[in-house]
This record gives sequence, structure tokens and C-alpha cells, in this order.
Amino acid sequence: FQFIGIEHVVKTLRSVSVDLNNDASLLIDIPDALCERDKVKFTVHTKTTLSSFQKPEFSVPRQHEDFIWLHDTLVETEDYAGLIIPPAPPKPDFESPREKMHKLGEGEATMTKEEYTKMKQELEAEYLAVFKKTVQVHEVFLQRLSSHPVLSKDRNFQIFLEYDQDLSVRRKNAKEMFGGFFKNMVKSADEVLIAGVKEVDDFFEQEKTFLLDYFSKIKEATAKAEKMTRSHKNIADDYIRLSATLNSLSAEESTNYYIIKFCLKLFQNFLRVCLKKVEGRVASDEELKLTELLRYYMRDIQAAKDLLYRRARALADYENSNKALDKARLKGKDVSQAEEHQKRCLQKFDTLSESGKKELTNFKARRVVAFRKNLVEMAELEVKHAKNNMTLLQGCIELLSGN
Amino acid sequence: MSKKTTENEGKSGTAKAAGPTFSKPTEPADIFTEEAAATTVPRTSNTVNSKANGVHSEEDLFTEATVELSLDSPRSSRKNEETSKPSASSSSSSLSAPARQAKPPPAALEELEDEEEAELEDKFDVLVSVKDPEKVGDGMNAYMAYKVSTETTLPMFRNKLFTVRRRFSDFLGLYEKLSEKHGPNGLIVPPPPEKSILGMTKVKVGKEDSSSADFVERRRGALERYLQRVVNHPLLLQDPDVREFLEKDELPRAVSTQTLSGAGFLKMINKATDAVSKMTIKMNESDAWFEEKLQEVESADQHFRKLHALVESLVVHRKELSLNTANFAKSAAMLGSAEDNTALSRALSQLAEVEDKIEQLHQDQAAYDTFSFAELIADYIRLLGAVRGSFDHRIKAWQRWQDAQAMLQKKRETEAKLLWANKPDKLQQAKDEIVEWEARVTQFERDFERVSATVRKEVLRFEVRCETLKIFKYQPAQYVFSIFVYFSPQLIKYWEAFLPEAKAIA
Repeated sequence: FQFIGIEHVVKTLRSVSVDLNNDASLLIDIPDALCERDKVKFTVHTKTTLSSFQKPEFSVPRQHEDFIWLHDTLVETEDYAGLIIPPAPPKPDFESPREKMHKLGEGEATMTKEEYTKMKQELEAEYLAVFKKTVQVHEVFLQRLSSHPVLSKDRNFQIFLEYDQDLSVRRKNAKEMFGGFFKNMVKSADEVLIAGVKEVDDFFEQEKTFLLDYFSKIKEATAKAEKMTRSHKNIADDYIRLSATLNSLSAEESTNYYIIKFCLKLFQNFLRVCLKKVEGRVASDEELKLTELLRYYMRDIQAAKDLLYRRARALADYENSNKALDKARLKGKDVSQAEEHQKRCLQKFDTLSESGKKELTNFKARRVVAFRKNLVEMAELEVKHAKNNMTLLQGCIELLSGN
Repeated sequence: MSKKTTENEGKSGTAKAAGPTFSKPTEPADIFTEEAAATTVPRTSNTVNSKANGVHSEEDLFTEATVELSLDSPRSSRKNEETSKPSASSSSSSLSAPARQAKPPPAALEELEDEEEAELEDKFDVLVSVKDPEKVGDGMNAYMAYKVSTETTLPMFRNKLFTVRRRFSDFLGLYEKLSEKHGPNGLIVPPPPEKSILGMTKVKVGKEDSSSADFVERRRGALERYLQRVVNHPLLLQDPDVREFLEKDELPRAVSTQTLSGAGFLKMINKATDAVSKMTIKMNESDAWFEEKLQEVESADQHFRKLHALVESLVVHRKELSLNTANFAKSAAMLGSAEDNTALSRALSQLAEVEDKIEQLHQDQAAYDTFSFAELIADYIRLLGAVRGSFDHRIKAWQRWQDAQAMLQKKRETEAKLLWANKPDKLQQAKDEIVEWEARVTQFERDFERVSATVRKEVLRFEVRCETLKIFKYQPAQYVFSIFVYFSPQLIKYWEAFLPEAKAIA
């Protein structure tokens, strides 16, 4: 399957984050993408007024693995421990349409040519939808970075945007250096550690409770929303097959029942025009707005939790350094060393807490705005589709009763 | 035989040439007049014969449907399909009361549609209903008893309105008797719904969930449509077994139906088809009409089975959607309660409520899909099976005739041998047997011709009958209409109510 040049289609799908591309000093977008076999090649386009870049406008090709590399290096950077690192975009997943395509190929013999063509068209549309989604989510990742006061200045980020050669060499080196150490650490038992911390700061106490609870709820809601949109898609598929069968039935040479043929033709038209279009569109709009929203913020909250985790570790380190200092004082050995260590730990913890507070407050605001935008758009789309449906149905009824 | 063939071919030839206009040839009228001669059900009453009027009565159907479509339970939407029939007919008959006195002109197709409506107004009508399923007994011996009510103006019945209680095996028993008696004559005996061990077991065991309620409702509807088809057939209506079924207080328990399980029934139909397809090759078909018809029927059967599977899949998916929407609503409510921004929290709870209401819509639509769509397609598939059965009986009649001819030939050979062997006493016996078999051959040939004519008549009746039309004409319209009138507007209402809440988030 090859889709060449999704030109500006992606621009219409900025559903998840509210317009991040506001700051004219650094504007990033993905205007183009190519899908070869299952590898997606994104064209990352940058327009900037910053002097730190070599040119004011440029584009580079990037793969999904490059995005992951960028994300991981940011996570591993100690200086950013007090920041919410935007969640990494998920790997492009063409599994579902690919499987369906395979099944379609196997069943080709049992279908009429028209049925097969229709199903194929629908599958291509599904491929396209997956494609659009993955482009969007990669774009948003970059835009989150570019709109962050600290992260936008990251050296690796600049390399990612500018370096016109293959990044794969760098990627390999990075893996060898860090080995995903910190990342793996964070992944396991973060909740236990976060929950176990004796919190002195009210703000963080509240945040902790809120985030842990919210995370489990949004995870649940995401899963249920996904199931719901999948059901919608199934129904849309059923309507496609139904209309194709009715079509071949009404085209049957041997069907001698003229009236039946006529009615079937009408009914099939009705199905094809009204329900398929509308149901199919409802499924994908709902998915974009609701499911993607939930999915994205689920990952974002995980990123926020990671921040809490790092802070909790810093606090644990500080407490340990206190104990070490006491022990050193008792023994009368290496006291100054221990004092230094303790001071550093405290400093780290304070820095983390300060930036963490800012980040989490911003995060809250960002989340509310995004939810509002998406819920409003979703409701408006639902109304639009239902009204559309009514208009189409009216036409069908006139047709059916006028014969 | 050949004479009849050309006649019939002529008729069906015209039918083919008719095209998608509404002036059908005389043939249907002939069928009815023929039937009128045979039975006491003259179809003289005829409402309209112009296209304009036909459209008009259709609109009335829709108007009635608007009124009848009470927006809640699947029950009511199911009833609509039923009640809309008589109410539409009352309106169409009021439209055309003066026209009724006129002698029926060559039948236009709407005539026949309206005629079905008019049939109900006809003073020779019989209207049956199957209602109020009630569980009798407990455990594995339990069964469902249905109230079978008949409303009629026919003098052959004791009363105008009467009700009896019947159980499923009674219906099967009736079918068995009718198919035994009339099947071999080439009649298309309407088939009842299949037995379902799984479905009934759930009911017996007392599982009070929606799936067993669904099952009972589907069966009730199927039984009702089955019975109505039986009484609509002028020949079957005359059968004393039918009258007994409708009128008699207590029926002897039909035992032999135990073999008529769902799978067994289908196997029976399938075996018949195999037999037919095998025999059609052997049978020297002098009348291409039958061969073509059978092919049509078989191809239609294939398509409709596919259609049925797809609609059932749609029903399943819609039920899944309903369940998933309900689950999502719950999770959205939970998320709303965890949300610390007040306005967003309220919006999320509202979202949960909207999704909950939508879930109910999905449920209703699933029910509608089931009862107005899937069930009627299933009916149609069963009817197609019955049509194939009638073809099978014709083949059997042919076979009997051929076998008799072969036997006659053998007897003649025996006679010749005996003549040569000079055995005078055995010879007389042989001569007697020849006379006997000659009579049989003549009889079976006449039987075959009679059965062929009946099959042909029955098939044409089947084709033209409104039940065929009803499925394919009114059902799509009603389906579309229900979405137009009910589901879509509700969706709009719910989302428009939610919009201000979403906008209020700050």
C-alpha cells in the first residue's frame, strides 16, 4: 500500500491539543508522509526565526524510531527531571486494516466484483484513517516540544529538526549509552513509590491523589470508548456488505420479481447513500474526537505521573542523604562529603518541586481546554451528521413512496 | 400437456415482458378467478386501479405508521407493522368506497396490493393473531402457551370472534397434517418456524433475560405470520384441520412433531432440494418454465440466506454497540467524578447521560432490525423452501407416472412371454394386470399434469402475493421511515442538549 503525499489533510485533524503552533518563532508541522510497506516516513517541516538554527525554513525525513529516540533522550536528561515530558507517539499500527485486507483477499472468490471493489475501497479508507491518525500524533508530539519554554531549546531537539542525514547512527549510540535504564526504572512500580511518599507539600499531596485516581479512570474510559467506536465500525461494515448483497440480488438476471428488484434497488441505494456514509463517518469522527482525546491524555497523565515519580525518588534520595549525613556525623568520617551530598539532594528536590508545580498547573489548564474543544466539536459533528442523515432519508422516503 | 404448456408459457411470457411498470397482465386475475371457482372466496372486491390512487394509499400507510410508531418499546414498533395493515386498509377503503362496487378490471399491480388490504375488509376474511405467550408448568416439561384469536365473517365458523390456547407443537402438528394432505398435490404449504432446543431450554430453565424474551417474541411473531398465511390460502382454509386448530378448545397432543427439530426440518428441505436437482437432470423436462423457476427460486434462496446472515450480524453488532455505549457511559461518569475542574466534571457526567440515552436508542433499533427485517427475511427463506418442496412433489408425481409406465411395459413383456410359452390361465392374469396398470398410467399421468398445473398456479400466486411485496416494498420504507421519524431526531435532540454543557467548560 502506498499513499503518497497527504498534503495538508493532516492540518484539519488538530483535534487533540489545542493549537500548539502559536509561537511564530518556531513552527513545526508534518505536511507530508509516505507509507512504504509498514514503515512510515514523515516529512518534518520547520519554519523559524531563531538564530540557533542554520536556516529559516527546512524539511527533513524522519522515521517513527527517530521520534522515540528524541523522547527517550529527553526523559534521560537529568535537567528535565522536573518537567512533564510529552508522551511519545505510539508506533504506527496498520495491523487491523492489514488483517482485514488479507481476509478480503482470501474471500475474493466468494464475492461479486462490485462487492469486492466496495470493500476494498472501505479498507483503503481505513488505512488512510490510521495513517492520518499516526501523522497527527507525531506532529502533536513535536509541537508540544516546540511550545515548551525549556524543551524547545534542547540540543537534541534541534538536531532532530535540522540534521539532514540519517539519525539511525545516533539512535544506536544512544541505546548503548543509556540502555533505557531510567525509562525502565520509571515504568515499574511507580505507583507504589509515589503512593508511599510521606508528602509535606499540600499541593503535591493533592496532585498525587488526583493523578493516580484520574489515571485509572481515564484508562478505563479510553478502553470503553475504543470498544464503542469499534462497534460503530462493525455496523458500518455490515451496512456495506448488506448494500452489496442487495445490489447483486437486484441485479440478478433470474430474479423475475420486478417489483422486488425495484424496491431492493431503492433500499440498497438508501443503505449505500445514507447509512454507510453517515455511520462510517460517525465512527471515525467519534474516534478522533473522543477516543483519541482520551487516549492522548491517558498517556499525558502517565507522563505527569512519571514526574511525580522522579520527584518521589529525589525525595527518597534526600532522605537517604540525611540518614547518611547522620551516620557520617556519628562516625566522624567523611562528614563534609555527606554534607555536600545532602545539599545537592535537597537542591535537586527543591528544583524538581518548583518546576513540577508549574508543569502540573499548566497541565491542568491544558487538559481542560483540550477537553472543551473536543467535546464541543464532537457534539457539533454528531448533530451535523444526524441532520445530514435526516435529509438523505427524506430523499429516500420520497423515492420509495413515489414509485 | 403440450397444449397447456404453450398456454402457460404465453402467460409467463407476458409476465416477463411486463417490466417495472404497474400494469401486470391478466394472469393474476385468472388465478384468482380459477380459485374462485374452486372455493368460496371470490375476489370481487377491488379498491383502486389507477396509479395515483395506489400512491395515495401508500401515503396513508405512512401516515398511519407515524401515528402508530410510539417511540418506546420494540413491542410497539412490532405491533405497528401489524396494526398498520388494517388501519391502512381502512383508510384506503374509505378512499375508494364507491369504486368497490365496480367489476374488477384487468389487475394492475396496486390492485393486488390494495386487494390484500381490502381482503381484510372483505366479508370473507379471516384475521388471526397469536398473543400473550404464557409459561405453563416448570422445569424441562414446561412449555409456552399462546392465545390464538380469530376474527372472521365467514359463516363456516361457529362464532365471529373466538380464542383458543395452543402450544408450539400444536402448530407443528397442523403443518404436518396439511403438508401430508396437500403437499403431494403441489400446494405450497406455508412452513412454521423451526424448533429450537437451545432457545426453548433457556425459557424452560427460567432464564429471565432479554435473549429469552427476544426468542419468545420472535417465535410468537413467526407463528402468527405462519397462521395468517395458512388462512389466507383459500384451499387450506377449507381444510377441517385448520378449522379445528382455530376453534377447538382442546387439541390432542401432536406427538410426531418431536422429530421436526429445527435441524431436522432444514435437513428435510435440503434433502428435497438434492432430490429435485438430481431428478431434474434425469427428468425430461418438457416444460422449461419449471426448470427456470426452480433456478430462480434456488438463486433467490442463496441470496436471501446471505442477506439474513448479514442482517443477523447487524443485529448482533448493534446489540454490542448498545452494551459498549452503556459501559462507556459508566466510565465517563466515573471520570467525571474524578475530574477536579467543576465545569468539566459536569460536562463529563452529562456526556455519560447522553451516551446512556443513546444506548437505549441502539437497543430499540436493534429490536427493530430484528423484528421488522431479520424475521421477515427468515420467513421468506422458509417460504422459498416450501416452494422447492412443491417442485419436489411434482417430480415425485412424475416419477410415479414413469414407474407405472415401466411397470406397464414389464407386464406387457410378461404377457408376450406367456403367449409364447402358451400358459392360458396365467395369461388371463397377465392381461388383467395390464389393464390395471394401463389405468394406473393414465391416472398418474393425469395426476402429474394436475400437480404441475397446481404448482404453477401456486408459484405464480406466491410471486404475486403481497407477502412477497410486503417484505420488499413496505419493509424498507418502514425501516427508513422509522429512522427518519424516530431515531435521528432523538439523536439530534440529545446532542444539541449536550452542546451548551460542553461550551460551558472553562
